[in-house]
Amino acid sequence: MKRVVVTGQGTINALGIDVASTIQAMSESRCAIGQMEFTDINRLNIRIGGQIKNFDPKEYFERQELSLYDRFTQFAVFAAREAILQSGLIFEGELSHYSGVILGTAGGGLQTQDESYRAVYQEGKNRVHPFIVPRLMNNAAVSHVSMANNLKGPSFTVSTACASSNHAIGQAFHLVRSGAAQVMITGGSESMLCFGGIKAWEGLRVMSHDGCRPFCATRNGMVQGEGAAIFVFEEYEHARARGALILAEISGFAMTSDAADIVMPSIGGARRAILAALKDAKMNPEEIGYINAHGTGTVANDKTETSAIKEVFKGHAKNLMVSSTKSMHGHLIGGTGAVELIACIAALKDGMIAPTVGYEKADPNCDLDIIPNHARDKKVSAVMSNAFAFGGLNAVIALRSI
Amino acid sequence: MTNAVQDKVIKIIAEQAMLDTSEVSIDMLIEDIGLDSLGLVEAIFSIEEYFEIDIPFNANDPAASEFDVSKIKTIINAIEELVSAKVN
Repeated sequence: MKRVVVTGQGTINALGIDVASTIQAMSESRCAIGQMEFTDINRLNIRIGGQIKNFDPKEYFERQELSLYDRFTQFAVFAAREAILQSGLIFEGELSHYSGVILGTAGGGLQTQDESYRAVYQEGKNRVHPFIVPRLMNNAAVSHVSMANNLKGPSFTVSTACASSNHAIGQAFHLVRSGAAQVMITGGSESMLCFGGIKAWEGLRVMSHDGCRPFCATRNGMVQGEGAAIFVFEEYEHARARGALILAEISGFAMTSDAADIVMPSIGGARRAILAALKDAKMNPEEIGYINAHGTGTVANDKTETSAIKEVFKGHAKNLMVSSTKSMHGHLIGGTGAVELIACIAALKDGMIAPTVGYEKADPNCDLDIIPNHARDKKVSAVMSNAFAFGGLNAVIALRSI
Repeated sequence: MTNAVQDKVIKIIAEQAMLDTSEVSIDMLIEDIGLDSLGLVEAIFSIEEYFEIDIPFNANDPAASEFDVSKIKTIINAIEELVSAKVN
């Protein structure tokens, strides 16, 4: 089996429109959640989110591109530019045939759907823009990243709600590890901050109207975010041979299904995923120094996740650092695991342990070291990223420094 | 009215092809101005929106449309007819 390393990363999210500004914001424990702005927001009860406000797509894309790019595609193509530029790779000849794209998204072109439904139902229009279909399809982001970078290998979209990015990253990892691909572009993107997107979540009664406070006794729900993070996964010897800067090694991945409830998480499913990821990475539980938690800020997730971590790590659970960066950038749903991988890599590379901000009061059901309110400077050599989706689909990634 | 329709159609097509209106003349072919099939579909959409008309255009087989979509002149003629039919 081949070793898989990360040689490039890029992002756009509410904390920053590149990796450096995102890590800077995390290290300063900044919260980017605030009042959202979009059509009909006054008809919503939930009005806060991690919305990207300092991004004018016209600065980065041609007019023809914009007519084909939903916002979730814009985010993916934009973040992929940063990641591929950092990797220094140019995809031509044989390499382009053995390099592909796998991204996660839950909503796909939801902005396009929302605008078009408004036009035909609310405004009574009988004509919609000719490119609604290629703009809203869930694989639009993958296809445009592929076209923009000449990536001709295995490429597809993964959609498993809040675990979409982690599942996508896992598939990319498997393809490089097995030798089926030399380089994979992976990660995820999401843009659900529109009237229909938030209205649907509002109906589920799991959204907070005042902030995301994972693992805190006063937590009252999740807060959505938007954006993308994209990574370049490369076969280790290939990266070494060309003298590439290696950011981290992806050393294990596992996925499980709860087979229990469509929205309630299960301790067993989470525990089995964490254990299997450790086994896949050939790691002892004691090696893990930091976990980027799923940590949504809902009562159910945070309690369940704490129990699963304690069942796997036993005595080591009290030495572990566990944080939920959703408290700063919001929950990017299908893109969340990707943005959270940026925090994992920063922990391995720079010893920057991102905090859980907004923390007010201890919850005995969540008695882990959750890095409350302030980032920490501590060296770690192995980390994990958890994602536990609605539908009971769990995906956990293990990484090592290199 | 005729010139107004012609000027507007040329403006929309030129904008879609990222050309100045002075570079697009009524005698040109759509392929001469570098408009691909998606570009033409989008230009037709913009024209429909502006004049509030429906243009019988088949993107699967542009040749099967009810008018010749390969020439700017025939496109303008067809639109003029549609616009005047709407007014009447």
